[in-house]
Amino acid sequence: MKTTGTPAATKRLLSGNEAIALGAWEAGVRYAAAYPGTPSTEILPALAQYAGVRAEWASNEKVALDAAVGASFAGARALAAMKHVGVNVASDSLMTLSYTGIGAGLVLVSADDPGAFSSQNEQDNRHYARFGKFPCLEPADSQEAKDFTCFAFELSERFDTPVMLRSTTRLSHSKSAVEVKMPAEPREPGTLPPFERRPRKYVMIPAHARLRHPEIEARLQALADYAEACPLNRVEWGDKRIGVISDGVAYQYAREVFASFSLLKLGMTHPLPARTIRDFAAQVETLVVVEELDPFIEEQVRALGLEVIGKQFFPATGELTLARVREGALAAGLPVSVQRPKSEVTTNEDVGPRTSDLELKPPPRPPALCPGCPHRSVYFNLRKLKMLVAGDIGCYAIGVLPPFEEMDMLISMGASIGMAHGARLAGCPDKIVATIGDSTFFHAGLPELANTIYNRGVTCTMILDNGTTAMTGGQDNPATGVTLQGETTRAIDIESVVRAMGVEDLWVVDALDVKEVEKAIREATEIEDRPTVIIVNGACVFTPQFQHRPVVAVDAEVCNGCGFCFRVGCPAILKSEEVDVKTERPKALIDPLLCTGCTVCLQVCPRKAIYQTQGEEV
Amino acid sequence: MKQAINFLFVGVGGQGILTASDIAAEVGLEAGYDVKKSEVHGFSQRGGVVESHVRWGDDVAAPLAEKGSLDYLIATEMLEAARWVEWLRPGGAAFINPRHIPPMSVTVGDAVYPADESILAAVRTRTDDVTVVEGLTIAERLGNPRLANTVLLGALSTRLDVPPETWLAVIERRVPPKYVELNLEAFQEGRRALLTK
Repeated sequence: MKTTGTPAATKRLLSGNEAIALGAWEAGVRYAAAYPGTPSTEILPALAQYAGVRAEWASNEKVALDAAVGASFAGARALAAMKHVGVNVASDSLMTLSYTGIGAGLVLVSADDPGAFSSQNEQDNRHYARFGKFPCLEPADSQEAKDFTCFAFELSERFDTPVMLRSTTRLSHSKSAVEVKMPAEPREPGTLPPFERRPRKYVMIPAHARLRHPEIEARLQALADYAEACPLNRVEWGDKRIGVISDGVAYQYAREVFASFSLLKLGMTHPLPARTIRDFAAQVETLVVVEELDPFIEEQVRALGLEVIGKQFFPATGELTLARVREGALAAGLPVSVQRPKSEVTTNEDVGPRTSDLELKPPPRPPALCPGCPHRSVYFNLRKLKMLVAGDIGCYAIGVLPPFEEMDMLISMGASIGMAHGARLAGCPDKIVATIGDSTFFHAGLPELANTIYNRGVTCTMILDNGTTAMTGGQDNPATGVTLQGETTRAIDIESVVRAMGVEDLWVVDALDVKEVEKAIREATEIEDRPTVIIVNGACVFTPQFQHRPVVAVDAEVCNGCGFCFRVGCPAILKSEEVDVKTERPKALIDPLLCTGCTVCLQVCPRKAIYQTQGEEV
Repeated sequence: MKQAINFLFVGVGGQGILTASDIAAEVGLEAGYDVKKSEVHGFSQRGGVVESHVRWGDDVAAPLAEKGSLDYLIATEMLEAARWVEWLRPGGAAFINPRHIPPMSVTVGDAVYPADESILAAVRTRTDDVTVVEGLTIAERLGNPRLANTVLLGALSTRLDVPPETWLAVIERRVPPKYVELNLEAFQEGRRALLTK
């Protein structure tokens, strides 16, 4: 960035995630860990760029939090970041961390996903703060994301508590201006003082836990008292006919829709400032709560005996938008403007207010496996062989969509292996294959496979090793041999792990060899008295290991439009405008801008109409 | 008081939507606006629809505009222009690169890719201000199809009260050094395509 010496030079557009990283760094965080998960993923790579911070990809979210806890107990400010469902994984430690409290400041970033843009559910993690009795902070833009993160470390130490900084997709992945001190000063972490041994605080045997519990209740009361004066909560007085309580990004929608009215913006949403809320309610005619997902604030406001307009008008499902907040307000009979303020200024009279009278219904564009994706041959063959498939979290969940439609269950990280095992041993007569990626295997697949082996399971587990954590954008993991900080490390060999667990019926196949994948599935699923594993090796197209080869093309003379290649679900394979005279079906055409030369379509073409060009490698 | 301006960039995963909208956001900040930009990453991005909102204003609250309030819709793919047109305010401006990337639903035969005429007709039910920018054609002439979005930005820039130098400076620092010259040229081509109309 150019520096011009003007104050504007210190303003930079940062995403919420980048701002959280900057805030943590400014607060002196020394250790940070995360497992990649949309929308939280970018926090750790941003932190890894700063000097004096040890930033790591953990093998799962619980490990990330555990490592942060250790750092905190040792006296280092620490941060763990994860998506909302990741907190479920970490929650075993989190609930007891509330009892131990912290050593140095500890912040847990929970990035929720209202709208489930890239998640299996839309759970509202503010409940964790109430459940675990620790504070929850909710920034509403990138500047606040930075400031609140700094503040969270102070709060953590002041009250001896973990602090949850709750983000959402619209905060993490929106950019807005942040005041940045440029350039960042170099920092040397140095060594910590010797560890202070405090077993009654840090060792949660039952006797200690019983002693800590009253202290946690006292802390919660102290935090509730503090909430009344917390600078993160503020009232913006306006027209007192309506008073709106709001938090996080919902506040931004509220202040646009309820522009002239009074707002109570809550930056700390647990514990709530009861007196502040009562005082605010007493001064306005109608009290409204605008919050995303669950009626978390609303129910507590009702418990204070206050009447409030909330979830009956503002949906508890999906993401809020300006339109949904406006529609909710209008449905509740509130005097907000029907039209956008903007349209009054800019409506083009010549065009007039046309309604949405589109006759055209654009065909949907669901996600698809990328051209060259190593998962393609797996789901193509599983469909061909009519297997039941227990799926897992990753790009390969696309196997459930057309043209594969080859996945029968998927709920959480690692669950594929356990679900397949349970279904089969309970008596399901169909052959079931579990499919799981390399990163997911190390996240939660290991104990599941151990369980299958231990309990005399008979299912086939396919480990799809594409050499990266692909769905979240290509992060390293224990099998890749590189850390987040770019160091070389030991790459854990999946085949050796599986053999060491005692699996003798093991196939290691090349993902881009369609017949070899098919043969392995056939052979593995013929074995019905012991567990089998197939490791499918094939680099993700976004890794440097992926080899682009000359693109393939269709010989239109030979193609008869049978459509078989369309069934591999490759975005590079298109319908030609040329129709075969006999079959009256469109021939295939390959977009050379998209093709990677993986040859999966070439291998499945029954007429050998697809050939590899001699062109230069792309 | 600066008048608020809402942009929406739409296209298909891998088309460079996020970089194009980043540039538009940074130009707004350089030009003295408050700016917010919002997008979604992850699952839906894999060959799916990508959309990125950019808002310039005095004090921008919500990170994405309200449906029906866009001033500018910038579509790098034809079908996506049709999908998002209802987000335009009546009379807003649409800039469309007429590239076709058929979705899987079309390839497997569940749906038909609409004809260009029906897509443009659908867009015109919303606004008469429709500009088809031959981004890909111009980009390929310059030697790299990935320059198409920069051509679109050049076209868009002719409507905004921000000097082209600001755009050029932002593009210069946002694209990899070895592609700077080509991108600057693509931007100017986009401007010319509009200004000579």
